[in-house]
Amino acid sequence: MPGSIQSIERAAAVLRLLGSTGRPLGLNELAAALGLPRPTAHGIVRTLREVGFVEQDPASARYRLGSALRELGRGGWDWHDLRARAMNWADSLAGSTGLAVHLGVADGGAVRLVHHVFRPDGSPQRIRTGEEQPLHATALGKCLLAFAPIATPPARDLDLQPWTGRTCVTVAALEAQLALARRRGWATDTGEYESGVGGAAAPLRASGGIVVAALGVVGPVEDLYGLGGELRPWLAEQLVAAAREISAALVAGP
Amino acid sequence: MSERVVAAIDQGTTSTRCLLFNRAGRMLAVAQREHRQHYPRPGLVEHDAAEIWRNVTRVVPAALKSAGLTPDDIVALGIANQRETTVIWNRHTGAPLARAITWQDTRTDGIVARLVEDGHAPLIKEICGLSPATYFAGPRLRWLLDHVPGAREGAEAGDVLFGTMESWLIWRLTGRHVTDVTNASRTMLMDVRTLEWSDELLAILRVPRRMLPEIRPNAEVYGTCSTVLPGVPVAGALGDQQAALVGQVCFSPGEVKCTYGTGAFLLMNTGTRLAESTHGLIPTVGYLFDDKPVYALEGAIAVTGSLVQWFRDSLGMIGTAAQIETLASSVPDNGGCYIVPAFSGLYSPRWHPEARGVMVGLTSFINRGHLARAVLEATGWQTREVVDAMNADSGVPVTRLKVDGGMTANHLLMQFVADVLDVPVERPLGSEAVSLGAAYAAGLAVGYWPDLEVLRSNWHRAAAWEPAMDDELRRREHENWGRAVNRSYGWVQSPAEE
Repeated sequence: MPGSIQSIERAAAVLRLLGSTGRPLGLNELAAALGLPRPTAHGIVRTLREVGFVEQDPASARYRLGSALRELGRGGWDWHDLRARAMNWADSLAGSTGLAVHLGVADGGAVRLVHHVFRPDGSPQRIRTGEEQPLHATALGKCLLAFAPIATPPARDLDLQPWTGRTCVTVAALEAQLALARRRGWATDTGEYESGVGGAAAPLRASGGIVVAALGVVGPVEDLYGLGGELRPWLAEQLVAAAREISAALVAGP
Repeated sequence: MSERVVAAIDQGTTSTRCLLFNRAGRMLAVAQREHRQHYPRPGLVEHDAAEIWRNVTRVVPAALKSAGLTPDDIVALGIANQRETTVIWNRHTGAPLARAITWQDTRTDGIVARLVEDGHAPLIKEICGLSPATYFAGPRLRWLLDHVPGAREGAEAGDVLFGTMESWLIWRLTGRHVTDVTNASRTMLMDVRTLEWSDELLAILRVPRRMLPEIRPNAEVYGTCSTVLPGVPVAGALGDQQAALVGQVCFSPGEVKCTYGTGAFLLMNTGTRLAESTHGLIPTVGYLFDDKPVYALEGAIAVTGSLVQWFRDSLGMIGTAAQIETLASSVPDNGGCYIVPAFSGLYSPRWHPEARGVMVGLTSFINRGHLARAVLEATGWQTREVVDAMNADSGVPVTRLKVDGGMTANHLLMQFVADVLDVPVERPLGSEAVSLGAAYAAGLAVGYWPDLEVLRSNWHRAAAWEPAMDDELRRREHENWGRAVNRSYGWVQSPAEE
């Protein structure tokens, strides 16, 4: 049986030490308290800082527990925190693309819409926040299947109900689409849930790169996809850029 | 070179922000810094005007940096500000003589009570349109003149200047001492018809005229920045709520907007007519862009978002403001519990300065979820009371409500507002109406936007909530809310006690 890994033990000791006191600690204090050489302690604390478990006060250069550590015990992102962080960028995406914007999370084998921005064309629309949509037939759902495997069921366990003539109804076809989504960085829907309504979605990543939600644009299939059935490149660019900005806002701490 | 943009400073109650907008009215960048809230005693809330100025010098470059722009890319700067917050400073050193007294501060209750006792209320209302209240800036200025060593002598000698926050910032940016009509209309010192300082009101409040800024329209070049954005014209200023009226493009009589921030403020455009209010609303200047002012009726609710903050920070019930929706969604209804957040008395339309907060209907059944609901519902019902007053005063019923501000992220609350008002509630794309309004004023002044029609076409609906509450339930809940409010009355026995 392999022995325990010393550097992980030492990292745990650093975290315990920082958590044991209300004040930030300097590198010398940390090294002395743990009986470690200064360079070793520095390597550990720097790595912990890079993953967000430790923060360094810019003025005093002392260390304290990081905000990523607090997220650990929370059981995932609060949906309404997600919406609040995403709102400005979601509006901006709707403004720049002229399309409706959806934000969805994985919830009990489906997608739950936690935010919805109308298509900004003045047409009558109804707010769809709270709505449940199928994972296999929407861009949001396929994005979550592709990028959040822990939060979603495996493709073979899904009920691949044919919502339209274009819905993916075999596991093999769905797996191929998910692989493509992983390669490109976004997932597509060419009228697979509602006839004529297309979508594209990119993942939102919180600390550690973990995908916590999907951001999507929704509109007439012909507005999103060109004649060859490819997502218009400028749309993909806008979508991915907005997802990146929101992800940065999620990582930025409380 | 990329498209030039307009910068807006939103000097708010809790933070100072700089936002950049393009011609389509789309926000390109935002930077923000919070400032300290000083609470020397219950009822007193102060800000350090020097700290706020320092924050301006930091957020403007930060916003430029995040958009990759330089001061050369900025065509004009507009300012929107927390209204009624009062500061006096030394014109030679630029140093404030005391901390700014904020709009939430109730220390002037004694001054206001004496104005009423001495029979000045009818004349004050006749000239400035406002019934004397601790809410307005004039009594705060009087308090500063009476209590701050050297203030009165300095003001009479011309060494000490008065301003609301836009005045202070424009003076620091350009060296010119001006205010705009909307901020001036909240001082209780301006004649609301001539839009000039009133000698009669200055005499009643014993304010030396020399210390007052010049009153100017909302969209004109006040001066050129000598610092922060060197060479850029400061070309627009509005009180934050009037700025939101402009940002929400409520340019036609009867159009209404509500901004949900620390407090909530409904403004209805009443056109070129100064509407009287017999139902507890405030007639105010909406905006002045050319020669004729457009007036507005305002309902001011002191505590909405700040109740959520209190729930988060003082009670520790939630970790973030957004999480109140999660907690409130954990229960189907309020369980019979109501919270009336009369933390600094009740504002529009009831105006009960002696009221204080109450929580009623408590039973062992009530849990945190019910309290969270009651917190949100308090905002809904207070909105309803103001809309009822507007309907009664204007005779034209409100048929839809445009909303903006941070609380519009809360869909449960927005649905509740639609439910209790029984009219659709609409949020525009980009809920930064306050900053956008300041940018619009500055952009109009320098010709970046040609006219109001172009601004109107920039408004896009981002969400709408349709009323879906059963009439009988609405009637019953409204009645319960009313009974709860009655229980908040008369708590502070004598205004002078506090």
